[in-house]
Amino acid sequence: MSSSVLYDAPGPKARVRNRIFSVVGGLAVLGLIVFAVVRLNAKGQFAPEMWDIFNYAGVRNSIRDGVITTLKVFAVAAVLSLALGVLLATGRLSDHKPVRWFATGFIELFRAVPLLITIYVLWVLFLTYRSDLGLSGDNTGFWALVIGLTVYNGSVQAEVLRAGINSVPRGQREAAYALGMRKTQVMMTVLVPQAVRAMLPTIISQLVVTLKDTSLGYVITYQELLFQLQQLAGNIVVNDENPYVPVIIVGGVIYIAMCLALSALATWIERRGRRAKTGIRVADAGQPLAAADALEVVDQSATSAPDASAGKTN
Amino acid sequence: MNVLLDHLPQFREGFLGTLSITAASAALALVLGVVIAGFRVSPIPPLRAFGTAWVTLLRNTPLTLLFLISFFVIPQIFFPGTSPFVLAMMALGCYTSSFVCEAVRSGINTVPLGQAEAARSLGMTFFQTLRLIVLPQATRSVIPPMSSIFIALTKNSAIAGAFSNTELFNVSKLLSDKGFAIGWIFLWIALCYLVITFAISGLFRLLENRLEVAR
Repeated sequence: MSSSVLYDAPGPKARVRNRIFSVVGGLAVLGLIVFAVVRLNAKGQFAPEMWDIFNYAGVRNSIRDGVITTLKVFAVAAVLSLALGVLLATGRLSDHKPVRWFATGFIELFRAVPLLITIYVLWVLFLTYRSDLGLSGDNTGFWALVIGLTVYNGSVQAEVLRAGINSVPRGQREAAYALGMRKTQVMMTVLVPQAVRAMLPTIISQLVVTLKDTSLGYVITYQELLFQLQQLAGNIVVNDENPYVPVIIVGGVIYIAMCLALSALATWIERRGRRAKTGIRVADAGQPLAAADALEVVDQSATSAPDASAGKTN
Repeated sequence: MNVLLDHLPQFREGFLGTLSITAASAALALVLGVVIAGFRVSPIPPLRAFGTAWVTLLRNTPLTLLFLISFFVIPQIFFPGTSPFVLAMMALGCYTSSFVCEAVRSGINTVPLGQAEAARSLGMTFFQTLRLIVLPQATRSVIPPMSSIFIALTKNSAIAGAFSNTELFNVSKLLSDKGFAIGWIFLWIALCYLVITFAISGLFRLLENRLEVAR
């Protein structure tokens, strides 16, 4: 930490002061945790019976079903959103004005509207025209969730890809045209592979967002993990209390584990990309952006890349 | 078309609801985020660990789960009788604070080391360095990511509507339950959000131009 902007390497006096602050700060953090634990304990949330519920096969099965449903929605939505992302990115870079306009409008609209509203509207539409669309029962929720996630994340992925394609040095494109390649060839064999390589960490970070957003299915009462957890906690009564805290702790751990696994993949790919001396600048594995404008963040990281990468180490 | 004209009061209320919940949680997120960022860059290990844990946990938890915690755990166990607005603000504010924290932290990291070293060699104290040299430069590089964070917050505030707050999602749900055409409702709601997000990005662009300095 000696190379921090904010302070020099501490001398003897500062070290003593830091140690005092460490103790005080540590006690404050500890105090907060103790307060929470004491309150939870007083409400009986740590009683053994509360945690005993996870020994029942029924409880475990419904959590497992929730995880499977969540992963199923995520898998389908991830594949579809990547496909849509490629399609929309191609549309935005098209030479034909109407195609470009359509793609731009689509991206801007679905990026600006909250995903929850898109999903809800799709759900209502699917419920209304269920028989015409050949949907039944559980399928309405599934497709509303999947298609909502697809149009939103597809739009974001399209912007990520476009930023990646634009970040490929111009000489690459010029050289390819000079060799006599057609536009499609230039795109497919020269630009897209480099763009995907540079943007892979960002693309995977966006997949983390997709995974987190599957929990919006809760609002349209689709049986994914969060909905199952809420049902469990709401229906089971132990010692006159609902076991919200144990269920939420277990569910939270599952979600965090799944997201961290994906983030770890992004970081690993980023590090690999940095190591390779290809001259392609690999984007920061960055944050699972809270649906942020991927493009702006990419621009930001491009302008401050050396500093940002240096700062990531601590 | 008629949905908007016939239900103008509801739409206005929803619009104002979205605005107020966004503003409240933005304020909370800003304060919390800056404090946690301070923890993360401080030389004090327990606070650093706390900051890291805060950011890692909140960034990898679905916002809906935070809402669930906020609405089912906090009133029952910690503070009974908290209003839905405050609960939603806490969930949104804490979630967004982790993103604000990371933006601020990377903003501080973009200030070249030499700037602070020069300030210290001039005999400036820690707080002088921070106030006069580091923070003004950090602020500038923090503004663009902050803009996208607040736009994301605006959109995330829709979840508050599913938890008994009056805002735009809530309004669209009520109206569609009454049987109005969902397509039109969607169009008007989308327009409302477009207005808010354009306002935010315009505001931040203004701020950015104001603070722009050649480096």
